[in-house]
Amino acid sequence: MGIRFILMVNKQGQTRLAQYYEYLTLEERRALEGEIVRKCLARNEQQCSFVEHRNYKIVYRRYASLFFLVGVDNDENELAILEFIHLLVETMDRHFGNVCELDIMFHLEKAHFMLEEMVMNGCIVETSKSNILSPIQLMDRA
Amino acid sequence: MAGGVSSSSIMETLFQRTLEDLIKGLRLQLIGESAFVSKAIEEIRREVKSTDPHTKSTALQKLSYLASLHFHDMSWAAFHVVEVMSSSRFSHKRIGYHAASLSFHDDTPVLLLITNQLRKDLASTNEFEVSLALECLSRISTPDLARDLTPEIFTLLSTTKIFVRKKAISVVLRVFAKYPDAVRLCFKRLVENLDSSDPQILAAVVGVFCELASQDPGSYLPLAPEFYRILVDSKNNWVLIKVLKIFAKLAPFEPRLAKRVVEPICDHMRRTGAKSLMFECIRTVISSFSEYESAVKLAVVKIRELLVDDDPNLKYLGLQALSVIAPKHLWAVLENKEVVIKWLSDEDPNIKLESLRLVMAMVSESNVVEISRVLVNYSLKSDPGFCNEILGSILCTCSRNVYEIIVDFDWYVSLLGEMSRIPHCQKGDEIENQLIDLGMRVKDVRPELLRVARGLLIDPALLGNPFLHRILAAAAWVSGEYVEFSRNPFELMEALLQPRTSLLPPSVRAVYIHSAFKVLIFCLHSYILQSESITSSFPDNLVLGVSELVLKKNMLEGSELTTCEAPSAHRSEGFNPRNQSYEDLSIKNGGDRTINHGQTSTPAFSENIFTYDSIINLINQVELALGPLTGSHDAEVFERTRHILCFIELIKGEITECLVQKGKTLESEEMKASKIIKLISDAFSEELGPVSVSAQQRVPIPEGLLLKENLDDLETICADFQVPESNLFSLGSPYYGEEVGVSSFGLQDKEESEPSNEATSLLTEHRKLHGLYYLASEKNEIVGNDYPPANEPKLQVNPNNDTEDLVKLTVQSLATNKKPNHAKTRPVVVKLDEGDLVTVTAKRPETKDDLVSGAVREVLLGSDTRTATSQSNPSDKSSSKRKGKEKINVDRSELKENLGDSEKPKHENPSSRKNKHRISGKERRHKSAGKIGEEREENGQKGMQKSSHRHARHKAPHRSDAPLNVVSQTPVIPDFLL
Repeated sequence: MGIRFILMVNKQGQTRLAQYYEYLTLEERRALEGEIVRKCLARNEQQCSFVEHRNYKIVYRRYASLFFLVGVDNDENELAILEFIHLLVETMDRHFGNVCELDIMFHLEKAHFMLEEMVMNGCIVETSKSNILSPIQLMDRA
Repeated sequence: MAGGVSSSSIMETLFQRTLEDLIKGLRLQLIGESAFVSKAIEEIRREVKSTDPHTKSTALQKLSYLASLHFHDMSWAAFHVVEVMSSSRFSHKRIGYHAASLSFHDDTPVLLLITNQLRKDLASTNEFEVSLALECLSRISTPDLARDLTPEIFTLLSTTKIFVRKKAISVVLRVFAKYPDAVRLCFKRLVENLDSSDPQILAAVVGVFCELASQDPGSYLPLAPEFYRILVDSKNNWVLIKVLKIFAKLAPFEPRLAKRVVEPICDHMRRTGAKSLMFECIRTVISSFSEYESAVKLAVVKIRELLVDDDPNLKYLGLQALSVIAPKHLWAVLENKEVVIKWLSDEDPNIKLESLRLVMAMVSESNVVEISRVLVNYSLKSDPGFCNEILGSILCTCSRNVYEIIVDFDWYVSLLGEMSRIPHCQKGDEIENQLIDLGMRVKDVRPELLRVARGLLIDPALLGNPFLHRILAAAAWVSGEYVEFSRNPFELMEALLQPRTSLLPPSVRAVYIHSAFKVLIFCLHSYILQSESITSSFPDNLVLGVSELVLKKNMLEGSELTTCEAPSAHRSEGFNPRNQSYEDLSIKNGGDRTINHGQTSTPAFSENIFTYDSIINLINQVELALGPLTGSHDAEVFERTRHILCFIELIKGEITECLVQKGKTLESEEMKASKIIKLISDAFSEELGPVSVSAQQRVPIPEGLLLKENLDDLETICADFQVPESNLFSLGSPYYGEEVGVSSFGLQDKEESEPSNEATSLLTEHRKLHGLYYLASEKNEIVGNDYPPANEPKLQVNPNNDTEDLVKLTVQSLATNKKPNHAKTRPVVVKLDEGDLVTVTAKRPETKDDLVSGAVREVLLGSDTRTATSQSNPSDKSSSKRKGKEKINVDRSELKENLGDSEKPKHENPSSRKNKHRISGKERRHKSAGKIGEEREENGQKGMQKSSHRHARHKAPHRSDAPLNVVSQTPVIPDFLL
C-alpha cells in the first residue's frame, strides 16, 4: 500500500486534513489520530522525523504551525516521504501563495484535490507541480 | 402545495449556511463545539433532503467536513451521497464522489446502486469525470464493483489521455486485489505501459508493480529485463526508488539477477545527489545483495556518511541500516562502533534506541559481562523510559536461546539482583521469570541465587517499590525452595516476616508466607535430625545428618552414603572461625536476634545453629508475625497462614517434649511430630523443574470433553474475580520434558551420584566466597582466582569513561578466536527438547494474493509461450520486425475479441479455478531445492523466449533513442533472466 494515511494537524493537535487510503471506522480513526498526534507533537526539532507506531512508521515534518504526518509501510523510503511532504507544501504554496493553516481550513477540497493528483491507492503517482495544479487551475477558471 | 415546497427550497438555498460559514462558526462558536456541531448536523439532516441540488450538495459537503475532521458519523447519508454523485454538474458530482470515498466501505448497502453511475462516468468524455470515478474506485472498490467495471478499466489502460491513463493504472492495483480474475484481462496492458516513454505513466505503472511484487515477487521475475531498463535509463528518482524496491524483492528468487543489477545500483549510489535514492540503494544492497562484498563495502561507507551527519534523520536511518546489516556483516557495526556508542547518549529517544539495539548486536559470550556492566551504569544516568529499554534489552539478550551466551551464571544472577535495585527498574516481571527459571534450569547457580534472593529480601527499602514486588515474590520463592543453601535460615525467616511485608499485594504475600513455611520446615527438620544424631552412638552423626540434609533433603536414612564427604565438610567449616562473623557483619540489618544466634553459636554453623532456643524462638516469631493475618480477606493469604499456624499447633507440644527427653532417655519410639515434619519436608524437597511449553498438548483429551465449546458466558462470572497469579511459578512435576543434565534417573542412581556433586559445588561456592581464609592449596587456589568473584562489585566503572570502555569492550567481540579461558566450565542448563522452541505452525490462509499471483504467472508464462509460438508464423514475425507498434495493436484486438470468451467460463466454475491456484501455490511452497532449480530452468526457457521476443519488439524505438544502451543491453538480457 505504501502510504496509509496523510494527516495535517496544527500545534494544538486539531486535525486540519485527514486522508486515509484504507477504510477505518470513526472510532479507529479517532484513536489513531489521538495516539499519533500525542506521539509526534511531543518531539522537538532536534529529534528525527520518524516514529514507529504499531506496525508502521510515521514520517512527519513541521511547517510553521502545521504538522504534516504521513503513515507509511515499514519498507517505505522515509527520505522520499519527507521529500513528498515538502513537495506537497511547495505545491500548495504555489497555489495559495504562502500557504497557511487557514488556507487549508477554508479550501479543504482543493487540498484534497491536490493530494488526489499526487497519491493514488497509497502510491505516489505525480511529482510535477505543474501537472498537479493544472486540473485545479482549469476548474478554477471554469 | 407544490408552490409551498419550491418556496421553502428557495428559502433554504438563500439562508443555508455554506461550508465556509460552518468553519467560521466553528471557530467563533460560544456555545461549545459539540453543541454547535450537533446543531449543524440537525440543519444538515434537513437540508440534505432538499430537492434543490445545490442545497443538497452543500449540506453533504458540510457533512463530509464534519465526518472527516470531527469524527461524525455520516453513514446515514449514504443514499444522499449516491444522489449527489449522479448530479450532472461537475462541482456537485465532485462533492458526492468525495463523500463516497470518505464514507463508503465494503458493507455499505447502497454500493450496489453506484455501479452504473461509475460505469457511465468512466466512459465520460470529460476526463475529470473519469478521474473522479477512478479515484473513487481506488478507495471503495468491492469485488462486485471490480468485476463489473473491469472492462472499462481495461479500455482506459490504453487511452491516449495521459491524465486518465495514469489513474487507471493505479486503480488496477485495487481491482486486482478485489477481483483476481481481472489480472487475466488487464495484465498485458499493464505490462505494455512499462514501455511507455511518458514519465507520468511510467511512475504510475512502476508504483503498481512495486506493490504487486511485494506480495509475490516470484511471479514477476519474467519482467526483470523491463525493470532493468528502467533502472539504467530512468532519471526520475521516485521511479528509481520503486524499481530498486522491486529488485530487492526479486533478488532472493533469482541469484543471477544480483550479478546484473549490483553494478547499476552501486553506480546510482555513487553518483546520485539525492539522499533518498542513495538510502534506497544502501537498503537494497544490505537487505538483498549482502553477499556482494564490494557493494556492501560501498554501502557501509555511505552509511558512515549518514551516521556522522548532523541531520538526526540521517543518523537514525544510518543506525537502522547498520542494524539490518549486523547479523550478516558484524564488522560493519564494529567499524562504526564509536559513532554508534556516541549516539547512545543522543537526545532523541528513537536514535538512542537504535544505538542500543546495535550495541546489543555486538554482545558476545566474551564481552557480555563487561558490556552489561557499562550499560547498567548508563541506565543509572538515563531517564526512566530509556533505562528500562536498556534493562529490557540486557535481559532479552542474555536470556536468548536459554541463556546461550551466559557462561558465568553466578555473575548473571547477581546482575539480576543489581538490576532490581536500579531506581527506575520496571522490568520486575521479566526479572522474576528469569530468577525462577534459572533456579529450575541451572543447578549450580542455586547457592548464588539464594544469596541474591536473601539480599533482596532483607532490604526493607525494596518493599516500598511496587515495581519490585514481582521480583520479591521470586526472591521469596527462591529462599523457600533452596533454603538448604542458606547459611542462616533464621535470618531468611526474619526477612520473610518483617513488618513491611504488609506493603505487598496479597498474591506476593502468599508466596512469602508459603516460603516461610518451607523455611520453618527446613529448620525443624534439621533440628530433629541433629537431635536424633546426637542420641545415636556415632559421634560424627550430627555432622553427617546435617550435611546430608544440606546435600539432599529427601534422603532420610542415607547417612552411610555421605560418610566420605562429611569429614571434609566438617573440617572445612572448622577451619573457618571467622566465617560466621563475616556473615554477621553483612547482615547487620537482619535484626538483633539473628546476630545473637551467630554469636552464641560456635563458628561451625551446622553444629549449633539449630538449638532448642532458636527453634522455639523461630516458632514464636512465626506465630507472632502471622497471627494477625488469620483475619486476612485474601483467600490465598488466609489459607496459607492457616496452614502454617495449624502446623505449629500440631507440633509445638511435642517439640518441647522432644527436648526434655533429649539427653535423658534414649527413647527409640518415633515421635508423631518429627514424623510429620519429615513427611512435609519430603514433600517440599521434590525438585521443581522447567515445564515444557507444549506440556499441555501431551495431556490426552478426556472422552467427551468439548474443548471448542464457547466459554464466553464464563467471562461474565469470572469478571468479578481477580485472576490469581498462577504464573508466579510453574508447579509442574520436575522432569516433565526430557532433560539434558540428569536424564531418566532412578532414585537409586541419584542417591549415589548426586551428593558428591552437590558437596563439591557447595565447597567451591564456599571457597569462592572465602578463599581468602584458606591456606594456599594448589588446586583450590586456582579455582579461587580464575573464577571471577562475581559477588563483589569489582568493576567500579567510572561513569565518565563509559563510552571509551564500551568502545574497548566491543573490540572483543571481533576477536572471536580469543575466547577467555573459563576456569569453570559452563554449568548444565536444563533445556526441554521442544518446549523452548515455540513452533508456530502458521497455516497460511488462502488469500486473494495467491489468486493474483497465480493469474499473473499464467499470463506471464502461459500466454507468452502462446505468443512465442504464434511468432513462428512467418507473416507475424515480419510484421513485428517491421513495426513494434503494429504487433501490440494486433494483440489488443485479439484480446478484445477474446474478452467475451475469457470472461464467461470464469463465472461458470470459479471453484475449479480456485482449486487450481491453491494447488499451484502449495506446490510452490513445498518444493525442495532441487525442484526449484528445475522449475527455474523451465521458467528460464520460457523467459528466454519471452525476453528475446520482447526485445525484438522494442529494439526499434531504442535504437533511435539511445544506440549506446542497446549495444550494452543486447548481451545483457538473455543472460539476465536465468
